[in-house]
Amino acid sequence: MARIGVFVCHCGENIGRTVDCARVANELRDLPGVAHSVDYKYMCSDPGQSIVKQAIREKNLDGVIVAACSPHMHEKTFRRAVASEGLNPFLAEMANIREHCSWIHEDREKATDKAIEVCRSIVEKVKHNVPLETIRIPVTKRALVIGAGIAGIQAALDIADGGVEVVVVEKDPSIGGHMSQLSETFPTLDCSQCILTPRMVELYQHPNVKLITYAEVEEVSGYIGNFKVKIRQKARSVDADKCNGCGACAKACPNKKVPSEFDTGLGTRTAIYVPFPQAVPNIPVIDRAACALFRGRAKGLKKEACAKCREACSREAIDYDQQDTFIMQDIGAIVVATGYQLYSIGKDQPAGLTGYGEYGYGTIPDVIDGMQFERLASASGPTGGRIVRPSDGKEPKRIVFLQCIGSRDPAKGIEYCSKICCMYVAKHTMLYKHKVHDGQATVFYMDIRAAGKGYEEFTRRAIEEDGARYIRGRVSRLYRDGEVIKVQAFDTLSGEPILMDADMVVLATAMRPQPGIQLLAQTLSASYDQHGFFNEAHPKLRPVETNTAGIFLAGACQSPRDIPDSVAMASATAAKVLGMFSKDQLEREPTVARVDVSLCAGCFHCERVCPYGAITHLEIRDRKGNLVKVVADVNPGVCQGCGTCQATCPSKSVELSGFTDEQIYAAINALVL
Amino acid sequence: MAETSNGAFEPKVTAFVCNWCTYTGADLAGTSRLQMSPNVRIIRLPCTGRIDPLFIVKAFERGADGVIVSGCHPADCHYTSGNYHARRRFALFLELAGFMGIDPKRITFSWVSASEGGKWRDVVNDTVTRVRELGPFTAYRELAGKP
Ligand SMILES: Cc1cc2nc3c(=O)[nH]c(=O)nc-3n(C[C@H](O)[C@H](O)[C@H](O)COP(=O)(O)OP(=O)(O)OC[C@H]3O[C@@H](n4cnc5c(N)ncnc54)[C@H](O)[C@@H]3O)c2cc1C
Repeated sequence: MARIGVFVCHCGENIGRTVDCARVANELRDLPGVAHSVDYKYMCSDPGQSIVKQAIREKNLDGVIVAACSPHMHEKTFRRAVASEGLNPFLAEMANIREHCSWIHEDREKATDKAIEVCRSIVEKVKHNVPLETIRIPVTKRALVIGAGIAGIQAALDIADGGVEVVVVEKDPSIGGHMSQLSETFPTLDCSQCILTPRMVELYQHPNVKLITYAEVEEVSGYIGNFKVKIRQKARSVDADKCNGCGACAKACPNKKVPSEFDTGLGTRTAIYVPFPQAVPNIPVIDRAACALFRGRAKGLKKEACAKCREACSREAIDYDQQDTFIMQDIGAIVVATGYQLYSIGKDQPAGLTGYGEYGYGTIPDVIDGMQFERLASASGPTGGRIVRPSDGKEPKRIVFLQCIGSRDPAKGIEYCSKICCMYVAKHTMLYKHKVHDGQATVFYMDIRAAGKGYEEFTRRAIEEDGARYIRGRVSRLYRDGEVIKVQAFDTLSGEPILMDADMVVLATAMRPQPGIQLLAQTLSASYDQHGFFNEAHPKLRPVETNTAGIFLAGACQSPRDIPDSVAMASATAAKVLGMFSKDQLEREPTVARVDVSLCAGCFHCERVCPYGAITHLEIRDRKGNLVKVVADVNPGVCQGCGTCQATCPSKSVELSGFTDEQIYAAINALVL
Repeated sequence: MAETSNGAFEPKVTAFVCNWCTYTGADLAGTSRLQMSPNVRIIRLPCTGRIDPLFIVKAFERGADGVIVSGCHPADCHYTSGNYHARRRFALFLELAGFMGIDPKRITFSWVSASEGGKWRDVVNDTVTRVRELGPFTAYRELAGKP
């Protein structure tokens, strides 16, 4: 006969007001297998926990039920208390009579009846609980950071400074991400390059960092502490070991008219190029789609159509035959920092987004997006920092900014707020005023969201010191009229329609996740939201973890983030990773599936439904070594404990510890009779 | 099935919910003090993927008048895809339910996320109201020769 203790908590008045806790304890006491049943004001308090511990000792209990709040709140607390008395912690469970009972019912009689029934059900379950051992798994102390924008750089540096090896994989030829494109940054207006490039160099030179640029993560297998990662190093067509970054190749390249991605199409680059002068590493790549030689090869030309860069290279670093290669790495923890892209102002849109026909779909040359404005304002940009119109190079005297383009607009596909645009638009009006003293900036906004340290003051400065004119309202149409852009709008505060002339219009477009990020999420078995941003494990309490153990999130890949947020998240992930690596073995809750090999028929339905690839094949052999059968086995390190295998198994030979059929049927049976 | 002192029918509903979304959503309903019918008893499972259709049958066999199955929204599963397997399994099960003598109207399948306390209350209240109208589930009891 079981010897279970029941401990009913009043939670002050929280439970006691609607549930008659004494009656609950009394009725439970009469249940077969219940050796002890009491109620107390605050079970989670120190004296409350002592009541539990003392009863375990004195009544020789072999199971514990605490009827109190949600297990999400205090299950760990009570399991720890139980363990301190030498009882296996997994023999303790909670009955939720607060969130699921006293707080949602008023009728004391009915609430008490319900509480009794809920407790009875958990008692019956606990009768079938068995001691479980926490699972220990080894850990490879090497981290992988995917994406090297400011978030990835910060995470990698913090981890590397903690004395741990870090592999950084960046898909572009250079690290730096979007921050490297920015001119000056809110809320301090310091030059983006000046604060970023030293960090880029630091990363490059760090003895604990292995930097792999122009590369992508192709496959990830394994589990927390024990990932195996396959990285595709894309062919640069340049031997990185030989190249010294002199730049002679780019000078020699005859194709100088390739639109520069870094300059958002406002400037040009060559076919062999480094994206920007401060690029790290300073090693060029050949853009094969733009290179005459590769275009010739694609057409089947036997002769080399051009070899100017190879001729110019004194170190014989140019290699036209270089192929993609693969790098395998053993990794213990992964930080995803893949950042964002901007909602395109063009016509081509992914499914679900419509674009902005009323603003000309990007066909009006002097209607640009925020990142293009950054490049115009940047001292290292295509205009050397002069703010001029792309169409005719003239300085715009009337500039209009449109906020919330794509954001907060469910009709155009996105309901969320991109969070950073209010701030960078305020910044743009200031940068503009500092360069075009006699110019007038006008901003159309929905609300000004400037929550952040020094942010409200910053937007006030834009308005009060730099004279930006803010009009609350939506622009319904932009169209060209000779040299000017007509801005047709509605002022929602005065109720007046507006028609104004502008020389240049800047659209503050929404922040969206990187393209193809769903694929990466699937490779990592991490989940993402309906927009494609990575999901955090808990919005408040576990903001930088994913629900896949060992995978963390930093920066704008999780939701729109500015630089301070991204950096804070990055350092948080580093703390998580270093914390994880501070142990030689990791502990996991033992809620994992186990296979009864004597029953398993080897149909492997479980393997097909397992979201984690935790099912392996186990060969059963007789003494002579002849194969008897192949059955399923569960890798407890990979299994996350969803139990889908068990519900699927036709022979009921796989069982989820802590949620076995026996336990659940016992709980069901106790509920309704 | 239970009867109150005045003899009115009080439906009993068993709810099988996943730990991460619906259980947490129900917790939120509690912290928000959303009042709802006291006729529902929750059984917590890690994932809807763990819910064997036989659990539902068992609940009815033991005297439940209605059953709720609820988990994470299709793209939100804590375990990536457990809820997809559950969805397929239950679509099939619903077809079978009638054959087994269980009016499918007694079963509610829903998705309630951790942030949808209000939706959980609605699922609870709607199910209880619907089952109340259907009356007690007696088919299995009659088979067993119980009163
Ligand atoms: C117009 C504009 C102005 C802004 N001004 C400011 C400002 O003044 N102050 C401020 O605080 N913030 C500003 N921001 C926001 C700032 O750009 C972001 O906060 C910051 O860049 C986010 O950093 P991140 O590292 O998360 O992402 P990103 O900068 O996007 O970096 C992500 C990196 O990951 C790489 N990557 C992506 N996918 C993969 C993959 N699958 N594999 C490998 N690598 C991958 C990318 O190539 C990139 O290098 C501005 C944004 C815009 C649009």
